[in-house]
Order: sequence, then structure tokens, then C-alpha cells
Amino acid sequence: MKIPEIAELIQAEICTKNHNPSIEIFSACSADLMSDVMAFSKSNALLLTGLVNPQVIRTAEMMDIKAVVFVRGKKPLDNMIEMAEEKGIVLLATDYPLFVASGKLYKSGIHGRGD
Amino acid sequence: MNSVVVRDYIIPANDFTIAGEASSSVRKILSQIGVAPDIVKRTSIAMYEAEINAMIHGNGGQAHVEINENRIVISISDQGPGIEDLDLAMQEGYSTAPDSIREMGFGAGMGLSNIKKHSDILEIKTAVNEGTTVLITVFFKQV
Repeated sequence: MKIPEIAELIQAEICTKNHNPSIEIFSACSADLMSDVMAFSKSNALLLTGLVNPQVIRTAEMMDIKAVVFVRGKKPLDNMIEMAEEKGIVLLATDYPLFVASGKLYKSGIHGRGD
Repeated sequence: MNSVVVRDYIIPANDFTIAGEASSSVRKILSQIGVAPDIVKRTSIAMYEAEINAMIHGNGGQAHVEINENRIVISISDQGPGIEDLDLAMQEGYSTAPDSIREMGFGAGMGLSNIKKHSDILEIKTAVNEGTTVLITVFFKQV
């Protein structure tokens, strides 16, 4: 699923500029604990989280995560947007809570783990 | 065997905005010299966890990185409080991180076991009130 389709599905705003709209997202991981993201996710392309701090972007970078969705109406801070743009990571923000946003994506074909 | 790249980094104490910069820099170097993406990812995760640990628990410290054509060796050391019971600290879920760190999304007690999982050789030297050194080796080709 491509980023614009994801944004539409969970009514999310895309917060970063200059992203590659052809990036294909196959798998996702939902967590507020970055420790869990680091320990359990194998090859996630999308992270859904309610945590807003620069380490979310850093964790995404280390894990090769291509896009991060901030849930429950949270918005990434300016320094996070800057950092994400520099690393080519797409940031999105939705008003849906974590469970609902994850459910909508799962139902539409993005499952837990890829290869 | 010649080390083709040597880097040193300072890891500041309790600064969440720049924590991970050393790992980010090493990640870029490994990608640039053509190391396989899965090895880059393993190395990044191991180093980032160790860097975060030094920041949280060790009052900051330093990272020394040596890369040659076969492997990367990362040494992350701090002059912090040291680890009293290393076996206990290696257990998944055991953590001494304060709530302020948990609020930042870390401190779940997965760090050391995760470093072990993603490195080929892990050596930890620690002494109470003296500090901790974490030595991580990752080979670029699986033997």
C-alpha cells in the first residue's frame, strides 16, 4: 500500500515534504515503547505510535522504517519533521487511536511481519 | 588486518535529542562502503541500544568504532555506576531505568539482550562505581 492510500484510509495528514509517493508499505508495527520496536519488529516498513519525541525518528531510522503514523491526534514536533525529512522518513498524523488506526490498515491488507 | 575506518564519538549524558547520532553516523558509513543491508541493520540496532544505555545509565560516555573489510568492532564505554549483577541485567524485562526514561519510550529492560541478539560477539566489562564497557563485534559475512 502506498503512503497516499494509507493517509486516506486513516484520514491522516502527511507532515513531511518531498517524500517518495511510490514507497510501498507491506508491513507494520504498533507500539508506544521504542524498546519493543527495537526488540521485536523484524522488517517493518510502517510504525504506528502515540509517542512523540525525536527518538521515534531515530528508532525508525535504525529499523529501516519508511513511515511513522502518530495516533490519537498527536503531531510531530518541528525538529522531528526536519530530522525525518533529512532521513527520507515519512511522518503522518491521524486522530484515530492506535487500535483503530492499526485495525483499519490491517483490514486493508497491511499485516504484521514481512520478510 | 588493516582497519579501514576508525571513528570516535562522544555520547552526552541524558540528552535525548542527540542520542543516537553516533549510531546514525556509523550506519551511514556502513551503507556507503557497501555492507549488506541486513548487517547494517543488526549493527545499527546493537550500537543504538548500547548508545542509549550509556546515555541513560552511564552519565554519557564515548564510542570507539573500528571497521575493516571483514567486521566492525564497536566499543561503548562510560564511567557510570557500573552493573551490579550482569546476569540479572541480561535478563529480558529487567530494568533499572527511571520513569522519566520509560516516558521517552525506553527502559523496558530489553537493551542488553537485544544487543546480544544482534551482535556476533558481545563482551561486557563492568565494575560498580567505575563504569561499563560494551564491546560489540559484527562480521560482515556469516562464517
